[in-house]
Amino acid sequence: MSEDSPILFGLYVPPHPQPLLSPDANSGYANLRAAFEKCRKRIEESDADLILVYSTTWPSVVGHQIQALKESIWTHVDDDFHYLGSMPYNFHIDTEFAHEYCSAAEKRGLHARTVEYEGFPIDTGSVVALSLLNPDNRIPACIVSSNMYANRSETIVLGKAANDALVSQGKKAVVVVVSSLSNRMFTEHIDPSEDRIHSSKDNEWNEKILEFFADGRLEDLSQLSREIHGQIRVQKVVAYKPAWWLAASMGQHNNYLGEVLAYEALHGSGGAVIQLTPSSGSFGDKEFDEDDVEYYQGDRNVLNKGNH
Amino acid sequence: MSKGEIVLGCLAPHPPHLVYAENPPQNEAFSEGGWETLRWGYAKLARKLKTIDYDAIVIFTPHWQTYIGTHFLGLPEFKSKSVDPVFPNLFRYNYDLKVDVELAEAMHEETAKAGIITKMMRNPDFRVDYGTITSCHLLNPSWDKPIVTISSNRNSHYYSNEVMIEQAKALGEACMRAIEKSGKKVVLVSSHSLSHRHFVTEAPLPEDMSREHIYNHSQYVWDMKIIDMFRQGQMQEVVDIMPEYTEQTIAETEAGGLIWMMAAMGVPSYPAEIYGYQSVIGTGNCIACWDPNTETRELVL
Ligand SMILES: [Fe+2]
Repeated sequence: MSEDSPILFGLYVPPHPQPLLSPDANSGYANLRAAFEKCRKRIEESDADLILVYSTTWPSVVGHQIQALKESIWTHVDDDFHYLGSMPYNFHIDTEFAHEYCSAAEKRGLHARTVEYEGFPIDTGSVVALSLLNPDNRIPACIVSSNMYANRSETIVLGKAANDALVSQGKKAVVVVVSSLSNRMFTEHIDPSEDRIHSSKDNEWNEKILEFFADGRLEDLSQLSREIHGQIRVQKVVAYKPAWWLAASMGQHNNYLGEVLAYEALHGSGGAVIQLTPSSGSFGDKEFDEDDVEYYQGDRNVLNKGNH
Repeated sequence: MSKGEIVLGCLAPHPPHLVYAENPPQNEAFSEGGWETLRWGYAKLARKLKTIDYDAIVIFTPHWQTYIGTHFLGLPEFKSKSVDPVFPNLFRYNYDLKVDVELAEAMHEETAKAGIITKMMRNPDFRVDYGTITSCHLLNPSWDKPIVTISSNRNSHYYSNEVMIEQAKALGEACMRAIEKSGKKVVLVSSHSLSHRHFVTEAPLPEDMSREHIYNHSQYVWDMKIIDMFRQGQMQEVVDIMPEYTEQTIAETEAGGLIWMMAAMGVPSYPAEIYGYQSVIGTGNCIACWDPNTETRELVL
C-alpha cells in the first residue's frame, strides 16, 4: 500500500507559538523547535510537491474551508500569546490543489469552499507549522480547516477527499496535522521555566498516545479518538478529530513507522512532534488491534508484558 | 472629579451579515441588503446614542477568546483590515479606531485587584476581532468615540457555565469600580447573539431573505422567554436562568458578556428597551439596551 500512497509521510505538530517565538525560554520549547527543524529537513530531502495542513486551530462553521490564496501574506498575532511577538508570514499556496481538494470534498458529499482573500486570518497553528517546516516556501502548501461540528464520518470523508485530490493531480505530499495532545493549558501566566503538563492524568494519557504513535498504530488511535476526547480534551469542539483525518488521508491501518521526535509541555498542554511513515510489515499483531485481520497470527504477547 | 458612571448598556449582536448588508465604504464585500429588522433597530439605537453624552464605549467580545485570563486592548490606535474567518465572503472591513487606554488600564488594575488573571494587549500588529468591529460600527458608524475591548475568557470550556457566570460577575463589578473612579461616562456593549445554533451551509446569495429563518422552534421559544424577561426588568432571573438557557440554545451568552454587563450595571430591575429581533443564518439576535436614566428610558418596541 505504501508504494501507491500519494502521501510520503505524516507529521503531528503542536499549535502554540513558543517553538517559533520563544524557543529559548525553556529546554522543552527548544526540543520542540529542534524536532520541527528535523522535520523541515526531512521534507526538504523528500520529493514532496506539497505540504497539506489540517489545523485544529482553524475552526470552521460553514462546511470546510480550504486556503487558496496564492500569496498569503500578513502579520499574525496570537489571541493569548500576543506578548511573545508577531508572526509575519508569506506562504505560497497551491491554488490548483486547493480547488481540486474542494471539489473532491464536494464529490464526497461535503459542503466545502476555498477562501481566497487578502488578509484572511490564517490561524496560529498553521502559521507556526508552515513557518518552521517550510520557511522559504521551497514547496507550496495548502491548509484545511477543522469544522467545529464535524464528527467522525465527516472528518473521515474530508481525509479521504485529500487523498483523492492528490491522486487526481498526481502530487506527492507531506501531510501535517496541527494539534495538541492534551489541550488543557494553565489558566494563569507562568514562568516558562516552570512549564509542565497540566496534570499527571493528562501526562499519562499523552504517554499512552505516544506509545501508539511510536508503534505506528494510526488506525488504533483513530478508533480511540472519542475516548481521548473525553479524557484529555477541553470540550471546545464536538470531537477529537486529528487521528481521523490523518488515518483517512494516509490509510486506515496500523502499518506505519512511528517516530516521536519530541514531547514537551506548552503552557500546560501536551505538545508533540511525531512522524508517521507508511510501511509494510507488522499487520494485525497489535494489542486491541483495529485492523481488518484476515488470518490469525497467534498470541499477541499482551499478557506477558507489563509488570513482572 | 465627579464619580464616573455607566450611561447605557447595550446588547449588540455582531453577525457580520449586518455590516455586509449595509455596504459601508470600509467593507470590501458588496450586498443587495438583507436583515432589515435588525439593521433598522440598530439605526434607531445609534440615533439614541447620539443624544447621550459619553466618553467611551467598553465592549466585551466573544471573538477575542483567551484562555489565560481576561485581556484588554492597550494601545491608543489600531488600524488594519478585519477579515471574518467564518464569513470572509461577507466581511473584510478596513478599520481605524481609537482606544481609551487610560480606562483600559484602570479596568485592568481593578480587575487584577479582584483576583482575576488579566493582561494588557500591547502588540501593535494585533487585529481587533470582528465582533468588536461589527457591534461598534452599527452602534456608532462615525467611530467618533474611543473604545475598550475586553476579551472573553473561556471559562465555560474549561470549567462550566456556572464558573463563567461567577467570573463574569466579578469582572463586571471590577469594571464598574474602575469606571466610577475614572470619572468618565461610559457605554457598555455586550456583543453577541442569543440562541446560536446556526446553519452549516450558506445560501448562494447570503442575503436571500427567503432562506432566512430561526434554526428551530425551541430556540425561538427560549429567545422569546429571555426577551420577555428583559422587558419585565427581571435581570436577576435572567442571570439565574442563564446556565440552562445557554445550554439549551447553545447561546452565545456562553462567553459571559451579558452577565458581565448586568453585574456592572448592578443587575437592573427596570425594563430594557427592545430594538428588534431577527434570525441571521439561523441564530437568534436581539438588539436591546438598558437605560438607567428614567427620563430618557422609553418603550421602543
Ligand atoms: Fe459571534
